[in-house]
Amino acid sequence: MKFMTLIYTDPALTPPMGDKMNEAYFALNRRMKEAGVMVAGDALHPATTATSVRLRSGKVETMDGPFAETREHLGGYYIIDCADLDAALHWAAQIPGAAYGTIEVRPLVTFG
Amino acid sequence: MTRPTLEAVLRQDRGRLLAALIARTGDFQRAEDALHEAAASALVHWGRAGVPDNPRGWLLRAALRKAIDAYRRDAALARHRDAIAVLASEEAAAPDPQTIPDDRLRLIFTCCHPALEEKTRIALTLRSLCGLTTPQVAAVFLDAEPTMGQRLSRAKAKIAAAKIPFVIPGPEDLPDRLNSVLTTVYLIFTAGYAQGPETGIDLCTEAIFLARLLVQLVPDNPEVEANLALLLLTHARSAARTSPDGQTLPPARQDRRLWNRAELNEGVLLLDRSIARRLPGPFQLKAAIAALHAEESGPDWPQIAALYARLLDFEPTPVVALNQAVALAEAGHPAQALAQVQQLENQLSNYQPYHAVLADLLARTGQSEPAKAAYDQAIAQATSPADRAFLTNRRQGLG
Repeated sequence: MKFMTLIYTDPALTPPMGDKMNEAYFALNRRMKEAGVMVAGDALHPATTATSVRLRSGKVETMDGPFAETREHLGGYYIIDCADLDAALHWAAQIPGAAYGTIEVRPLVTFG
Repeated sequence: MTRPTLEAVLRQDRGRLLAALIARTGDFQRAEDALHEAAASALVHWGRAGVPDNPRGWLLRAALRKAIDAYRRDAALARHRDAIAVLASEEAAAPDPQTIPDDRLRLIFTCCHPALEEKTRIALTLRSLCGLTTPQVAAVFLDAEPTMGQRLSRAKAKIAAAKIPFVIPGPEDLPDRLNSVLTTVYLIFTAGYAQGPETGIDLCTEAIFLARLLVQLVPDNPEVEANLALLLLTHARSAARTSPDGQTLPPARQDRRLWNRAELNEGVLLLDRSIARRLPGPFQLKAAIAALHAEESGPDWPQIAALYARLLDFEPTPVVALNQAVALAEAGHPAQALAQVQQLENQLSNYQPYHAVLADLLARTGQSEPAKAAYDQAIAQATSPADRAFLTNRRQGLG
């Protein structure tokens, strides 16, 4: 069962992605790989680099900025493969960003 | 006679049957649908052939057949081959719900999972474990029936899609998760205590049923024992909590002849057992406070204040701080209590008891004008006529 963990953090509260923070993420990546749960995971550039598009009356509208202006920004994600929600929540709580923001855990839809 | 018999069986055994079916289908919604269909055919069959000797066993077997049928109707039949095989062998064995393992504890942990909203936990627990119907659960919350139906279906859909497990949590998670279960039971009780049996459903009785069930399913656990003790010690005084003219009475002013001795004794016994395990927790502290309120010699306020201070370590909430201040005032320190209560204004301005306590403390420390204003607030926010009568009486006492 696959889950996506969306890492929302408040840039004002989060320490910059320096060596210490990177190290914490790398350590988690290792633990996830060893446990065989890691499917994917990436960090995103800041929300200031975001561009949003939508199609209205057949026309593409392009806008600067993220989908929603919120205090906490989507900063990265993992996709993990776990037995159930309890296991997924355990991993989510270990994401370093959990200490500076909120991790949203969403099950992925399986087709077929 | 078929329908009342069926309703009685379901009221009594719905939780046990549902838990057994979820354990076997791994799917909350499928289990519930199967039980629902089994109940529908029971009405027909029992009406024709009479009520079977073992109605529970009949329902479980019928529900297993319904679950198999549902899997067979599913377009993704191939995925369910294994599930069907397991269910078919279970069904063939003619299981007796009396002898199969009781899976209700797993069901309680699922219903009270922290991934569900608090109100949903309460609703799901009442529906699944207490056997209340959806209209009854809706009535408890004064919700429209479709609204409650949607809440319950959304919860079951989340349990399935997000794979909220049907398991007893491991030792690492158990204390927190058990606290979530006990809190849900306690909230059911307090809801019943506040509204009384007006809706035709006595939530206090339901909560005590659940608390007893937990004592049976989680033996030798001090918090579980203390939870039942707390409910019994509180419930024991329910007949005495209002005066004949409808005013709310604090325990110290209640007519003790109206207290339920059997419940008090059982509560104290359970509390002693819990304390002897030497593992203090929030429910143990709350039960101990309830027991001190019921002391023969009157409430031991200094001790109650000390226990509330300890409870703040577990639950650092403004409501606990307010209760601690009340005990402090009763123990003879109203000025200190007032200072503590005034610090809570920002957090508790919409909490009716805050204004009632503030008014009382202002009155006790000789500040009648601010006290009257606080009483007005408390009366305006009061939710029961008994509270309103009590407060109005107190305000008039100030002249």
